[in-house]
Amino acid sequence: MSHWIFSEEHQMFRKAVRSFLEKEVEPNIELWEKEGETPRSLYKRMGELGFLGIKFPEEYGGSGLDLIMEAVFTEELSRSGSGGVGAAIGAHTTIAMTNIWRYGNHEQKLKYLVPGIKGEAISALAVTEPGGGSDVANIKTTAKKDGDYYVLNGQKTFITNGVNADYVIVAAKTREKPTHRNISLFIVETNSEGYSVGKKLKKLGWRSSDTGELFFENVRVPKKNLIGTENEGFRYIMQNFQYERMTLALGCIGAAEKALELAIKYSKERIQFKKPLSEFQVLRHKMVDMAVDIEKARNITYRALYLYNSGKDCVTEATMAKVYASEMLNRVTDQAVQIHGGNGYMMEYSIQRLWRDARIQTIGGGTTQIMNEILTKQLGILSRPNKLQTQ
Amino acid sequence: MPYEPYFTEEHDQLRRVIRKFVEKEIVPFVDEWEEQGEFPRSVFIRMGELGFLGLHYPEEVGGQGGDYFSGIILAEELNKCGCGGLPMAIAVQTDMATPPIFKFGTKDQHERFLKPAIQGKKIAAIGITEPNNGSDVMGIQTRARREGNEWVINGTKTFITNGTRADFVTLVTRTSDDPGPKGISLFLVETDRLGFSVGKKLDKVGMRSSDTAELIFDNVRVPHENLLGEEGKGFYQIMWQLQGERMIGAAGAIGGAEYAYELALNYAQTREAFNQPIGNFQVIAHLLAEMKTEIEVCRELTYATAYRFSNGDVAPKEISMTKLAAAQMGHWVADRALQIFGGNGYMAEYPIERAWRDSRLPRIGGGTDEIMKEIISKQIGI
Repeated sequence: MSHWIFSEEHQMFRKAVRSFLEKEVEPNIELWEKEGETPRSLYKRMGELGFLGIKFPEEYGGSGLDLIMEAVFTEELSRSGSGGVGAAIGAHTTIAMTNIWRYGNHEQKLKYLVPGIKGEAISALAVTEPGGGSDVANIKTTAKKDGDYYVLNGQKTFITNGVNADYVIVAAKTREKPTHRNISLFIVETNSEGYSVGKKLKKLGWRSSDTGELFFENVRVPKKNLIGTENEGFRYIMQNFQYERMTLALGCIGAAEKALELAIKYSKERIQFKKPLSEFQVLRHKMVDMAVDIEKARNITYRALYLYNSGKDCVTEATMAKVYASEMLNRVTDQAVQIHGGNGYMMEYSIQRLWRDARIQTIGGGTTQIMNEILTKQLGILSRPNKLQTQ
Repeated sequence: MPYEPYFTEEHDQLRRVIRKFVEKEIVPFVDEWEEQGEFPRSVFIRMGELGFLGLHYPEEVGGQGGDYFSGIILAEELNKCGCGGLPMAIAVQTDMATPPIFKFGTKDQHERFLKPAIQGKKIAAIGITEPNNGSDVMGIQTRARREGNEWVINGTKTFITNGTRADFVTLVTRTSDDPGPKGISLFLVETDRLGFSVGKKLDKVGMRSSDTAELIFDNVRVPHENLLGEEGKGFYQIMWQLQGERMIGAAGAIGGAEYAYELALNYAQTREAFNQPIGNFQVIAHLLAEMKTEIEVCRELTYATAYRFSNGDVAPKEISMTKLAAAQMGHWVADRALQIFGGNGYMAEYPIERAWRDSRLPRIGGGTDEIMKEIISKQIGI
């Protein structure tokens, strides 16, 4: 019996997604890892199958389903064993396009959401800069009004899909002050003049996802590409963080399940001292610890998801889910490598990839330390202003 | 605010009532009862009067007709009273010794044992563990032999909560010499029967307000009507019982951890060092955030599993995981809380050292961490 947040339909969808991934994704992961990107053909194929528009309205080609359905997809995508593919698809659907869906207007949805949902256009969200990650309020990229255009100047980095994106949602400052009310979001087509992609960044993991450095040099963006209201961008970004954190947590759960599955499988096949590793009690208990850790992460994440899907406040729960699940994934994949012994260190075994891929999860989407900073505020831990700071 | 889908407005109301009772009638006496090694029998009677001992039992046996989550509330709130002993004693009464009577007992047994237990007029104990057998239930040696319409019981049980003063024991015995699960049967044994005696009251590291004893059965004769459920089915019955025991143990651990966290938070916000509250130091603030995260993570696991349990899905994998995770979390949180208290944390004058001692037990009682892992490893197909 599965968790109560899932209905019969969710479960059926899970089966369909899993069978697709087993056939069309899993066999190709190694190749895509080597190529350093997820091919356009996969976006196209997922678009055809309706996987890129699960939660988006039918009038734009989406399926109009709930966020729990999308969560099932996210979990399964990660469970297929490639953090990179998960990142590439997730950055497109849940991180970038979600902004257009939530805050964009009808024309923008027609122009950008529709091809995105079909998998014909790839999108990315660009917030982080060389000078700042989680400190969103201090971004340096600017957008200055000039007639019917905004002129963008600045630099972004660590942008998932940054190399291959057809359009990028860019956060830029539209005025100097006040802080938190001076950032706006723009849809920037990547064939715009003055837009360029620096080097494709080489990474420890998530290799089947391309990560780019973006440069904006007097990029003229038409006013109609401003998302929502001017200067409200900070709020939009913060609002989306809740869903992003949950999505990342779901990805961690899927990946951890895969790592445990691989560890269990290996432990049953590998014979040492005349018996399978799984018959050694310390290893068995290690795998139990992993399983329990996964269940813990799963339940807090489902709680956050349930609250979010019902339109309730979930900042605390989503943050807890993100911090717990990402730390959990690092513990689980590390132990899974341990169970694999020397083989776990060899590129021939896929557990090393899960372990490498896991490492970004306590960093991306806000580090563990940033999550804990948020929690100290959410939980009212800091009793009064820090005297040292106010002095 | 209702906590969907587990708690309704009514549950919230119940929680407030229990909280008030705990603050007025338990908290002021905890230190004294810890010192004495037990709390008065009048607490059972009072809680019986208030309906707290039968929250999730139906009205026909004298219960309140509430759902399983009303029992979870009791376990959580009692564990914030300042000790783990009393809540454990009550949990034995409500969720360990009596569920098998309700589930497998006859009408007559409901009248004689369950109803007075729910009223708080009779104290119940559950007798599984023996000096040589803990989690290895199949190996127990307490023997019941049939003689006509009676059974004669011989053996020793130990670590029995409520043992020094229980009015009856839900007892696990062996009724056949054939090894294996089929030789196990349950009995309800009144403690005023000839041949029953309390060996000694056991002294413990923690849970001191709850009495723990060794029980000796020396040719204790009980009528056949005291056989609980079917002869030879005791093993399955007790395995079922253990699921509820672990479930309520997890709920208790959540309550206990919340108590320890609140103490630590309050201390961190008021204790000053280097010119500021210690809670404003980043490592302490983050530690508190991590403690609270662990609590919430285990809470969700516990509620989700309890939800299944309350819907009749007795899932040993999830229940064992829940018990293991909550018990480990409870002790970890208490330990970190003690750390935040610094030297004061080590002093009996501050309540955290007791929380630390008391929180150690859930990792052993109801099946050790290691036993939980053995169960889970089979359930997940390792």
